[in-house]
Amino acid sequence: MLLRHTKKEVADRKALTINPAKTCQPIGAMYAALGINGCMPHSHGSQGCCAYHRSSLTRHYKEPVMAGSSSFTEGASVFGGQANLVQAINNIFTIYDPEIIAVHSTCLSETIGDDLPQIVANAEVSGKVPKGKKVIYASTPSYVGSHITGFANMVQGIVKGFAQPGIKSNDLINIIPGWVEPSDMAEIKRILSLMKVPSIMFPDTSGVMNAPQTGKHEFYPQGGTTSKDLSRIGSASHTCALGKWASESAATLLSKMAQVPFTICDIPIGLKATDRFLMELAKVSGHEISQELEFERGQVADIITDMHQYLYGKKVALWGDPDQLIPLTEFLVDLDMKPIHIVSGTPGKAFEKRIKEICATKDITPNVKSGAQADMYLMHQWILNEPVDLLIGNTYGKYISRDMDIPFVRHGFPIYDRIGHSYFPTVGYKGSMRLLEMMLSAIMNKMDREAPEERFELVM
Amino acid sequence: MIEDKDKVMSKNNEAVHTEIKEEILSKFPPKVARKRDKSYVINEPGTGQAIQANIRTVPGIITQRGCTYAGCKGVVLGPTRDIVNITHGPIGCGFYSWLTRRNQTLPEKETDENYMAYCFSTDMQDENIVFGGEKKLKTAIQEAYDLFHPKAIAIFSTCPVGLIGDDVHAVSREMKEKFGDCNVFGFSCEGYRGVSQSAGHHIANNQIFKHVVGTDDTIKTDKKFRINLLGEYNIGGDSFELERIFERLGVELVATYSGNSTIDSIANSHTADLNLVMCHRSINYMAEMMQTKYGIPWMKINFIGAKASAKSLRKMALYFEDAKLSEEVEKLISEELAVVEDEVAEIKKRTAGKTAMLFVGGSRAHHYQELFKELDMKILAAGYEFAHRDDYEGRDVLPSIKVDADSRNIEELKVEKDPDRYKERIEQSKLDNLKKKDPEVENYIGMMSEMEAGTLIIDDISHYESEQLIKKYRPDIFCAGIKEKYAIQKSGVPLKQLHSYDYGGPYAGFKGAVNFYKDIDRMVNTSIWSLIVPPWEKEAEINADYISA
Repeated sequence: MLLRHTKKEVADRKALTINPAKTCQPIGAMYAALGINGCMPHSHGSQGCCAYHRSSLTRHYKEPVMAGSSSFTEGASVFGGQANLVQAINNIFTIYDPEIIAVHSTCLSETIGDDLPQIVANAEVSGKVPKGKKVIYASTPSYVGSHITGFANMVQGIVKGFAQPGIKSNDLINIIPGWVEPSDMAEIKRILSLMKVPSIMFPDTSGVMNAPQTGKHEFYPQGGTTSKDLSRIGSASHTCALGKWASESAATLLSKMAQVPFTICDIPIGLKATDRFLMELAKVSGHEISQELEFERGQVADIITDMHQYLYGKKVALWGDPDQLIPLTEFLVDLDMKPIHIVSGTPGKAFEKRIKEICATKDITPNVKSGAQADMYLMHQWILNEPVDLLIGNTYGKYISRDMDIPFVRHGFPIYDRIGHSYFPTVGYKGSMRLLEMMLSAIMNKMDREAPEERFELVM
Repeated sequence: MIEDKDKVMSKNNEAVHTEIKEEILSKFPPKVARKRDKSYVINEPGTGQAIQANIRTVPGIITQRGCTYAGCKGVVLGPTRDIVNITHGPIGCGFYSWLTRRNQTLPEKETDENYMAYCFSTDMQDENIVFGGEKKLKTAIQEAYDLFHPKAIAIFSTCPVGLIGDDVHAVSREMKEKFGDCNVFGFSCEGYRGVSQSAGHHIANNQIFKHVVGTDDTIKTDKKFRINLLGEYNIGGDSFELERIFERLGVELVATYSGNSTIDSIANSHTADLNLVMCHRSINYMAEMMQTKYGIPWMKINFIGAKASAKSLRKMALYFEDAKLSEEVEKLISEELAVVEDEVAEIKKRTAGKTAMLFVGGSRAHHYQELFKELDMKILAAGYEFAHRDDYEGRDVLPSIKVDADSRNIEELKVEKDPDRYKERIEQSKLDNLKKKDPEVENYIGMMSEMEAGTLIIDDISHYESEQLIKKYRPDIFCAGIKEKYAIQKSGVPLKQLHSYDYGGPYAGFKGAVNFYKDIDRMVNTSIWSLIVPPWEKEAEINADYISA
């Protein structure tokens, strides 16, 4: 048993986190910045932060993740990191020639009180930022929130750096997709194009974090939101912000800066959340929901009616980020499955409330916890007390899955040990089909493996 | 591009390298170019060339390097299975170092302590930064103790801890006294302490030496030959292969630092009679301190490469001066090499003449050259990520290395002979004699003297420099780490990860050598590289050529 020390008896912990279900802000900021075309993310801290974030994102995507670090030493930590950052900005523009540098802070630079706006202004004044180029920034202290908070903060940084009030174009919608996979971003764009809704999505990592092998390394791949598009986000008639945790703050800022109204939608995972998203799009754009999408919806419903017997009543434990877990839980409930253990390291009381409301519609009272000590150790303890039929979450779930022989669907961040997430979406109706396929395969593979010989089925 | 490669390959001369170097450096701001220039050497063995190493990274250059915490918690302490390692800091550092270095570990019994799959953190919040985190740390240690009753709890400081002044050592002492049956010790390994992971290795060595080594004097077996293996971290099961070899020879491995290790084995390791040093960079401090305090001689060895492994075993046998052991060693070598040579003879047909570059680690860029040589491949260039000058130039250079402000941060322990536990393992005259025969007894000769003249050596290479080397030299394989892997591969050159082995291995010892040969054969000869350009584009190219001709 790899997790042999997990105690079944749940005791309250006040200070010790064991097997976290979150990570720190700066990695989210780095991921968001990778979704801008021609942008180089920069980590203002000691170089381990940057090395860890690059390694983690690289393991998840199996793609180059190019980013700079201010490489603090003790001296910089004592005297402030201004000199390091100004030097880094100069070096990055000289050597790597990006359009934009997106600087995020770290626990180190936040603790010593480095003032990013002031340092960046200083770099601009001293001529370290070439004409036509831009440095944007976000404050991302690792000791507040989670990787999702960092993502949200950098998206705000993008708005701050680019948004300008403009004459509203009735036919332009902003989409803030939240922390989803490049495949999900591409799928949302496909949905928009099927509905013929002109839109700007930011950030957009499709084409960046799932780039093709061509024999030539494109330091700045074709994908990513262009600065030209970003300069128009203030002219959109509406912003659809997907996910309260990752996208609300940027949408709010944009509405303040450029009077673009916004709605917070759930990430369109599963039937109902996708339905709501499409209806919202139809409402704010005046365009109809396309027949192709209705066709795909019918396919999802068809799979569910065909395979319901394998899903009905199955207990599920899931962990990850609140914006994903809410619609995912709703989908599971709609499949007549029972999400009974749910954990997110990202803090937020509203999360627990939504999950409980969703589960209450089917009289399920789940174990749900977010924030401090909402970790995979607690999740494991809950499962030891009430076992489940399916696990849904990031790669770290494989230890519980193996120890307890529970089918496991990988979803969320990070996924270090399988491919697929960057190419095949889990949002939209197409994504629902993929989720169904993954869940059914996981459950049915176990049935096949464990069926006694006389009851081994050919047709299922 | 190809023209450059042909030029280099045919002449391999200094002028070509210099030209390429100048071209690379010309991209940098002048100050950066001047600094980077000193990290380049065109190798001329025996001429006493100096290379710049272990100095501050250039901000924004895109370095391979990580931080002090990573070197301490991730590298040195990570592989020991039964210490509860608590990261004191915000959640990220603990999260990123959770299982990602793939140190394998094999407890003897299912019930033995093994915390390898667990990550422990104080998950510091803003109020802990403002009001101090010691209280939370104490509570966290208490909670870990109550839940697991481990033998040991280690505390690792992350960047903010040092800045806000949390005293992890005082907290550790207090909790250790309180528990009475649990060794609690701390590491001031904040990420900014040094210029790379290397500072973390040193800090780890110091604290393990102070708090663990020498705390258990019992000798648990009656085996005649008792050794420690230092600087072997069981990536991909390397330690398992070496354990197999030592077991066959009847040599007791008292402790490995720290692959597949337990805290008890380290506590007992001062009773061994010889220290074999694999990764000089990360563990040489321990070898020296154990020599001074307990009288254990050390040798630099290398178990990467079949021939290097054989040489290392012979060296050990020579030290013990035992005919039976020497006989066993020779028997083992001939048996193992027979298998290896059959394999390599077949594979060599496909790898001979191919070229490699290695930019990794603090010893791997040196050690892995052995395996490439066994495949008849040519090393075009090499360099370390976080090594010091002695790892390049040899330890003879140590007295002339100036201690700068960054190195001065790291405590140098004052070590003296232990009045009770110091024991002369071998007569001084015999040791001197061994040293005369072998330059790597209590010494390391470094990478440069073992590389061919005219090869390029670059310390702390940046992304831009790697990319240019790929363009200019088109090696058949490039060795580095996960951050470099896909950028290089997208350029059409396979990259072998020498930190994580691309999830393969073991590569150490004899069986490991064969695994490596096979992996490299697969990588340099895979079909995919010929399939990248779509056939219709190839056709278009041919047509275009035809028309233009």
